[in-house]
Amino acid sequence: MTPVVALRDAVVVAGGFPLLAGVTLEIAPGTGTLLVGANGAGKTSLLRLLGGLERLAAGEGSVLGLDLRRADRRDLRRRVGWLGHDGSFYDDLSARENLRFAADALGRPRELVDAALERVGLTPRAATPTRRLSAGQRRRLALAWLVVRRAELWLLDEPYAALDEDGRALLDELLVDVVASGGTVVASAHDPVRSPAITATVRLAGGRVVP
Amino acid sequence: MIRVAGRVARKDLLIEWRSRVLLWQVVPFGAMALLLAGLALGPTRAGSSGAGPGLYYLVMVLVTLLAAQRSAQVERGAGTRASVATLGLDPAGVFLGKALALCVELWAIGLVLGAGTVLFLHTALRAALVASPSIAATLAALAAAGTLYGALTTGDGSAATLLPVLALPGFSPLLIAGERSFSAAAAGGATGSWWVITLVALVVYLAAGVVLYGVLEDA
Repeated sequence: MTPVVALRDAVVVAGGFPLLAGVTLEIAPGTGTLLVGANGAGKTSLLRLLGGLERLAAGEGSVLGLDLRRADRRDLRRRVGWLGHDGSFYDDLSARENLRFAADALGRPRELVDAALERVGLTPRAATPTRRLSAGQRRRLALAWLVVRRAELWLLDEPYAALDEDGRALLDELLVDVVASGGTVVASAHDPVRSPAITATVRLAGGRVVP
Repeated sequence: MIRVAGRVARKDLLIEWRSRVLLWQVVPFGAMALLLAGLALGPTRAGSSGAGPGLYYLVMVLVTLLAAQRSAQVERGAGTRASVATLGLDPAGVFLGKALALCVELWAIGLVLGAGTVLFLHTALRAALVASPSIAATLAALAAAGTLYGALTTGDGSAATLLPVLALPGFSPLLIAGERSFSAAAAGGATGSWWVITLVALVVYLAAGVVLYGVLEDA
């Protein structure tokens, strides 16, 4: 089976500093992979590389069949779902308006928006400006954004941060659904996470994969 | 591209409608600047010097800087940039949409400050009305230029303060053409020849934005 992610000695550089210093990694479709490591280990940079948000400076790699050195990065970005650890929305728009903007941009039916808000438990706050949502509610909105997206590859940077017990259970449920439907999940965390969707753990340190 | 432009313009105008930043911060700044210009000239000279059109455009250029910075700032959050980037929107459409929204905002502010020019600087109302098509075209060109220069400063917070240094030289032909056109209308002359500069600048900035916006976003 062709891997969704295949990297060999992948290097990412920013400002002359190597964020990834030669990562070799393969991820099969329909799996959940957790990236763990200390601050600055390269987890976010690896996720950004996989999402077409960083350039491959050296080495080889392909994501979703697209060659990271030759393909237009926009083609890759259209096929991934991204959840960053900082705000992902227009603060002055409501939760519903943010999701409608995303749905329209992706050509998804608007009915999905209310269904996604319902699924993450944000229906009562749908008309609230995003800046007035709590950190946990913003996280739930980010999950709704991903539900609307239905991407082939979910890239989640510290997805459990700021979520309460119910929120964590909801996230686990979503990830199980994604993997069961053939999607692939790559998530990052400081520490190992117990989730039924996670089938492999990759440890990073100093921009490299370590045993 | 046109569909993306419409969605982005609607989103930017909705953000402005919700936040009221231009209404409560930029419009009062422009009105105060015009009032101060009138006070600096004195009541007699303000009416007779014919400085009204030039001061109007000078204030509009400063207002454009603030509005363009605000428009770029909306996209500046690291998380927002990444999330929106993965929507795969056509960058040319994003540029046109942001320029259109900024243009609508500048037209609204230009209308208020035009009234201020008549009130505070004693410019003839008839002259302002005659010059209004050229003012609308000049503000559209300023919006296109402001959106393009705003994209240059989106990536890095420290680059935001570079916007005035980068943008003001680009705005200067528009300032000159707009002022000449408005002054010609105030003197009862034809505004035609100055339109050419404004329209050429509008086309050049729109074309540059369509081609370069994606590159600047990624840089």
